Amino acid sequence: MIEITNLKKSFGDRTILEDVSVVMETGKSNLIIGSSGSGKTVLLKCIIGLFTPDGGIVSFDGKIMADLTVEEKKDLRQQIGMLFQGSALFDSMTVEKNIKFPLDMFTTLTHGEKMKKVNEVLARVNMEGANKKLPSEISGGMKKRVGIARAIVLNPKYLFCDEPNSGLDPQTSLVIDRLIRDITTEFNITTVVVTHDMNSVMEIGDHIFYMYKGHKQWEGSNKEIIHSNDEKLNEFIFASDFLQDAKQMRMMQEDKHKKETVNI
Amino acid sequence: MKFFTKFGQYLLMLKGMFTRPENPKMYWQEFMHQCVEIGIGSLPIVVIISLFLGAVTTVQTAYQLVSPLVPASTIGQIVRDSMILELSPTVVSIVLAGVVGSKIASELGNMRISEQIDALEIMGINTKTYLVLPKILAALLMIPCLITLSAFLGIWGGRTAANLSNIVASDIFDIGLRSNFSPKNVWFALSKAYTFAFIVSSVPAYFGYFVSGGSLEIGRSSTTSVVVSCILILVADYALAALLL
Repeated sequence: MIEITNLKKSFGDRTILEDVSVVMETGKSNLIIGSSGSGKTVLLKCIIGLFTPDGGIVSFDGKIMADLTVEEKKDLRQQIGMLFQGSALFDSMTVEKNIKFPLDMFTTLTHGEKMKKVNEVLARVNMEGANKKLPSEISGGMKKRVGIARAIVLNPKYLFCDEPNSGLDPQTSLVIDRLIRDITTEFNITTVVVTHDMNSVMEIGDHIFYMYKGHKQWEGSNKEIIHSNDEKLNEFIFASDFLQDAKQMRMMQEDKHKKETVNI
Repeated sequence: MKFFTKFGQYLLMLKGMFTRPENPKMYWQEFMHQCVEIGIGSLPIVVIISLFLGAVTTVQTAYQLVSPLVPASTIGQIVRDSMILELSPTVVSIVLAGVVGSKIASELGNMRISEQIDALEIMGINTKTYLVLPKILAALLMIPCLITLSAFLGIWGGRTAANLSNIVASDIFDIGLRSNFSPKNVWFALSKAYTFAFIVSSVPAYFGYFVSGGSLEIGRSSTTSVVVSCILILVADYALAALLL
């Protein structure tokens, strides 16, 4: 579980995060959503320690990040897996070497054991046979899957994904979303996803935090979000006419279903 | 004020490199990889430049030595001292600032922009130790070797040019090479080589490591790093000459 209390972050005169408090539960996909510039990526980077917050507390299973020694922080980071927006694969290494890198750096496994682990995670993300390919030789969706494989190879307790669907077609996005959801439940890890893809929100949003101008505007599940009365949230999620129509249709269907149930 | 901020950031980067490696074997591999990149990768250009520097120095020295009172063997002596004292350390380092420096800056800049450095940090790796330190150590090992080789090749190039152009016979050139040799010059050249190697590796590493923006900024930081390195090499060249000679 990740707990964030009164987190603050500014860059110069510009306040990016203002008293953000959230609790991210284990075994669930916790989604941070919001429009561009709302502070969601800064929030993510403050949680994982790439940015130092100006105030507030970030704790991982009760361990307060700011109180940890350098060595303790290193240990904690080895329990964190991260999928970056651009996948951040090492260009000069093959897919196999990219995934094996954390194992080489942090484990004393034999070469055979490492290769077994690499092949296991590659199979888990449906990328068998791509071992010898370079990142430049695979598609965007495949890069994301390799990024996920590298993130989970050390069996992390926390998985962070920064816009996992950016630049992907809806079908591939769905594959990535389902992979994230399945890995979260299978390994019982705390997953935090930053996104503004509404398909992801509806598909995997166990717990959603809506960020608006640097503060948490709304929180709830994917079942609750569609019925929310929050004006700012509705402006964000129903920005497209298609989604507005879908909401109206869904509400009409639900009303009809309720009436039918009452009649029975 | 901006200069002091950047200089402080540079010093902090250097300080941050000295932490215990997570896995010494991986750091050793990276160090060896950088030795190959910097040493073997720059070898062809160093060989070509050195041979021609020596050859041109011979031809130009012969052109200027018109007095019949100055023995022809003096050309060998001038080529030797010019190559050891100035041409090999300084010219080769300036070329390496372009070849090696721009490569270091653009490699680290690209890793920064594409979030590869962030990915390493998230894994719990000190990126300054893993990415910057091996480059500086490899440069400190390989660049003095390249400069030493350059001095030999330059002298040999000068001797060959003297022979081919009928400026002076090889045996007379060799007499000049052996006369009034001062070992202090070699130590001076090596002092310059180590200083320039540090500049050529650490300055571009700083510009690449702290780049922000996009691909345009990578190119800009790479160019800036080469310009700053060249200026620092020339300043250090003067300072060392004034201090040590």
